[in-house]
Amino acid sequence: MKLLYELSKEGRNSFQLPTDGIKDYTLCEKRTSHVRLPDVAEIDLHRYYQALSKRVHCIESGFYPLGSCTMKYNPKINDVVASLPGFAEIHPLQDLSTVKGAVEVYELLNRGLCEVTGMDAMSFQPAAGAHGEFTALLAIRAYHHHHSDFARTKVIIPDSAHGTNPASAVMAGFEVVSIPSTPEGFVDIEALKKVVGKDTAALMLTNPNTLGKFEKGIKEITNIIHEHGGLVYYDGANLNAVMGIVRPGDMGFDIVHLNLHKTFSTPHGGGGPGSGPIGCKKILVPFLPKTELPYRCGTEEQFDSVGKVRSFHGNFLVSLRALVYMITLGGKGLRNASEMAVLNANYLYKKLAPLYGETADTICMHEFIVSAESINKEIGVRAIDIAKGMMDKGVHPPTIYFPLIVKEAMMFEPTETESLDTLNEVAEKMKEIIGEAYADPQALHDAPKSTPIGRADEVMAARNLILRYRFH
Amino acid sequence: MSKYTPHTGQDIDVMLREIGLNTVSELFQDIPDELKVKGDLKLNIPDGLSEMETLRLFKDIASKNKVYCSIFRGAGAYNHYIPSSVNNITSRAEFLTTYTPYQAEISQGVLQSIFDFQTMMCELTGLDVSNACVYDGATAAAEACKMTLDKKKDHIYVSSAINPQVLQVIRTYLHPLDIEVRMVPVIDGKTDLEYLSYALNENTACFYMEQLNFYGLIENAKDFGAVCQDRKIKFILGFNPIAAALLPSASECKADIAVGEGQPLGLPLSFGGPYLGIMTCTSALMRKLPGRIVGETVDTHGKRAFVLTLQAREQHIKREKSTSSICSNEALCAMRAAVYLSTVGTRGLEQVAQQCLNRAHYLADQLCTIKGIRMRFHGEFFHEFVTVSDVSASRILEICDEHQILAGYPVGENEILWCATEMNSKADIDYLVKCIKDALK
Repeated sequence: MKLLYELSKEGRNSFQLPTDGIKDYTLCEKRTSHVRLPDVAEIDLHRYYQALSKRVHCIESGFYPLGSCTMKYNPKINDVVASLPGFAEIHPLQDLSTVKGAVEVYELLNRGLCEVTGMDAMSFQPAAGAHGEFTALLAIRAYHHHHSDFARTKVIIPDSAHGTNPASAVMAGFEVVSIPSTPEGFVDIEALKKVVGKDTAALMLTNPNTLGKFEKGIKEITNIIHEHGGLVYYDGANLNAVMGIVRPGDMGFDIVHLNLHKTFSTPHGGGGPGSGPIGCKKILVPFLPKTELPYRCGTEEQFDSVGKVRSFHGNFLVSLRALVYMITLGGKGLRNASEMAVLNANYLYKKLAPLYGETADTICMHEFIVSAESINKEIGVRAIDIAKGMMDKGVHPPTIYFPLIVKEAMMFEPTETESLDTLNEVAEKMKEIIGEAYADPQALHDAPKSTPIGRADEVMAARNLILRYRFH
Repeated sequence: MSKYTPHTGQDIDVMLREIGLNTVSELFQDIPDELKVKGDLKLNIPDGLSEMETLRLFKDIASKNKVYCSIFRGAGAYNHYIPSSVNNITSRAEFLTTYTPYQAEISQGVLQSIFDFQTMMCELTGLDVSNACVYDGATAAAEACKMTLDKKKDHIYVSSAINPQVLQVIRTYLHPLDIEVRMVPVIDGKTDLEYLSYALNENTACFYMEQLNFYGLIENAKDFGAVCQDRKIKFILGFNPIAAALLPSASECKADIAVGEGQPLGLPLSFGGPYLGIMTCTSALMRKLPGRIVGETVDTHGKRAFVLTLQAREQHIKREKSTSSICSNEALCAMRAAVYLSTVGTRGLEQVAQQCLNRAHYLADQLCTIKGIRMRFHGEFFHEFVTVSDVSASRILEICDEHQILAGYPVGENEILWCATEMNSKADIDYLVKCIKDALK
């Protein structure tokens, strides 16, 4: 497909601004060349993006079980509220007396999310999950330093964790200590006991873990860390499994980040914007990012803030959408969402496990992993081949090759907004794919066939770098 | 059945039977009972409202925010016209409800639009490579500073005239790495070149300044670029994407990295976010650039295709050794910027920039006709400038507020940072000046 630049022809653009007789100012020094932008008619611009839109799989075009990403339905009312001029057209530096509504939004969201997580206060500055991790780790660091404890330089992270965990820990100035997980992805408690000590700043954990299992011994784990003077961090990527059922705060976690674009239904937008607020227990409140907004009434002042982690107050319109979602669902609705998410995952797991030569004899939470390892050994078909085959059936593949501790991993997260009928259809399609694989493995190696492009050559992309359009 | 979950009671029974359970609560048997929430979760906020009630509630909350008829405030967030095409295209579900394009074959639309965006950012700055965006302008600046670090460096220099919010974020990002942030002083509102040329040394990682500084003045970025190049220090230039249409490009200023807040390109003010962090750099620094990057390649049939590339830099591959932990970014905002730039085109962007320039200068001239108001600095400015007044800044703000005008941003007891864009008509400016004149009579 042609690029917009390749459709460009000088003189096509008809954009115009009104003029009202203010005279031109001449700059002392200007750039020597024009910024080259596409020059297209408005209709052609819309046709171009219409064509691009047909080359995308989105939640509204079909099942999208991308594990760990919680691709649930994005309610329209959220977007309608976010487009109200009273929210979209206010300047971030307006006087506080003129943005009482915006402060109220943060107040309500703070209150609601504290209840969901069992925390005492939230900060809404982080723009995405990884940003929340980074911010929370900075707060942990500031906490230890405030107590003149400068020896706590290490953060313990299980090897099954999201890649953002270790990366954020290093950004926050920590050294990462990786500990092995059991085959179910649980924390290896003996291994944990060996590494925990006076140099432990924190343990980073997600629960349910990245294999979709609930860490039963969570209280013991958080106790071990606390006994050694460390803090425990909750990666909220998997919160969709447990809303209204169990709270990170009650499990012994001290600080959490949430992905509002996952759990709270705000659109993923092709990669963002997200919103990654963090919530913490009282002891950490003084270290939260600086804010000018008085939405955390009654909590302690930030006497030793980590500073600002982005400009202004955070991704306001994303946080707002999450609040709309929370209010339309309510406490009961959130619990129902988690229940149905877990029900859907277990149902689909039961249907898919036999196809992979596995027995679904344990219960999973909101997501599950099946491994294509035995299929691969038998007929040389890998997880990626199955993923590509799914595209030909109009289904988005699950997350593949994560977590790293499971070979040929395929991580499915159906979410609660999918119906029984959809799950049955998908299970049927998966059965067809695996059946076809055994009949003709090559067909899957050649998949996908019905997508806008065939398999893309990623090696060539990395070797022969073309990262922008080149003018001829 | 509850909101957005399509399960009927019968569905639930069928599914439970298949799983081999009797009740939904058995699904949570792995969770120790003593940890479980007892009864229903109480959110202590309005709870379980219908769509109609929800809309009513939020219209009420929105009405507690003041939407001004005319805005003369910038300071990092700018009021520009957003062509209708921008909202229309970016509210399509295909773009709105998809995620990071990991699977290239079914994400070409998103990948290609990012590729367009990267090209446009390279055009704005003249630099070789752009990423797919980061969180906002401030984090872009902070990430850029981090790109220039190595074991021998223990400090960076930044101009004292940069946006204070950006400075705070840079400090937050560099503090845990034990990198000192040293300030270059300002003379008459502009960065002191001579100071910098004495200060730079072999342990300096980089120098960061903003081409349009916080006071709205146009810095002689070329001179600073030359000094940095001469001393082999990395030069990071903050740029405004509208002003970039007219001002010397980052590449002409010898910048190694150019960063900017992309909000002026079709993003509403929205109380500060979501915004858009722009990052471009020279090829030499490409492998240190954080975030997603899209590259062109071919598919099995030799057809043009786009993929996420250079992923070996990123957290999901490199984990603790990656340059940044960024995963989700502001992709939809980047698409807004690309649609905006395609709607206005080359001439349109220059028109917008020229009008900003013209209107700001007219505004400055008119404000200075008011007795007791004069310019604070002497240098050339773009679309923002600082005035100093005999009466307090808060008095002027109050007068404007009474007339539904958002005045400039107070930067001192008697100092206001004003901004004008294509949105401020001559009539609006004349009205503003008249209101202040009348009130101060």
